[in-house]
Amino acid sequence: MNNELMFFMLSAVILVFSVLTVTTRKILRAAVYLLFVLVATAGLYFQLNYNFLAAVQLTVYAGGIVVLIIFSILLTSHISESAPMASVARTALAALAAVAGAVLTLITVMQFSFQPAGLPPVGSDVKNVGRALVSYGIDGYALPFEAISILLLAAMIGAIVVARKESFNQSSK
Amino acid sequence: MMTQGIPLYYFLIISTLMFFIGVFGFLTRRNLITMLMSIELVLNSVNINFVAFNSYLVPHRMQGQFFSLIVIAVAAAEAAVAIAIIINIYRNFRSIETDKVNEMKY
Repeated sequence: MNNELMFFMLSAVILVFSVLTVTTRKILRAAVYLLFVLVATAGLYFQLNYNFLAAVQLTVYAGGIVVLIIFSILLTSHISESAPMASVARTALAALAAVAGAVLTLITVMQFSFQPAGLPPVGSDVKNVGRALVSYGIDGYALPFEAISILLLAAMIGAIVVARKESFNQSSK
Repeated sequence: MMTQGIPLYYFLIISTLMFFIGVFGFLTRRNLITMLMSIELVLNSVNINFVAFNSYLVPHRMQGQFFSLIVIAVAAAEAAVAIAIIINIYRNFRSIETDKVNEMKY
């Protein structure tokens, strides 16, 4: 009963603040609402006993990405500025597309009967996660780990190159 | 199919609604940063799906959890590169509204 109450509270927070994120006119408020959504999602992960994943969600998503977004908002727009709304026709069409997609997906999902494997669960503590991250084979994830390291390196270098001021051109010319 | 008294379908309903709220935001927003936030909503809803499926259907494996970790890392990289591009666009156009940024060559 407690679990269900907590789940409904978290889902209510997620849905309400998701809607506010995409409809509020103040950009900075949208970022803060997004932060609430991400923290509530971390709560869902805690409920499912994925503690490491919830911690990563809190640190990387809520701590990193939202701060990055807030920084870029402060760099590129005034706080008092409010975002222009899309035209009524465009909003109506987008709402129609979103509602139609949601109804279609929900009907399909509710009609499908999922078959649980029914095997004993593996512990999702940090020890198991770390061991799986560096091993290979049927339950090893060394390859995605390496791929994501290269992706992060490439993204870091790319972000620096893109955002840098091009001052070396003047000195070399 | 119930662990802790919550059916799997509740998680799927939540993530579906969140996904399409993100899609709605992506279609209506005219500001690059708010569009980026809508994409974060979509990615986050997909993560909820992965984790719920892993927890309810294949609890003896860790695929869903690792897929979510990878998606979080990709989202972080994507946000960093997107914000670099947005700042560069702002430097050139003095605006990040998609209506005003319509020239390829500045």
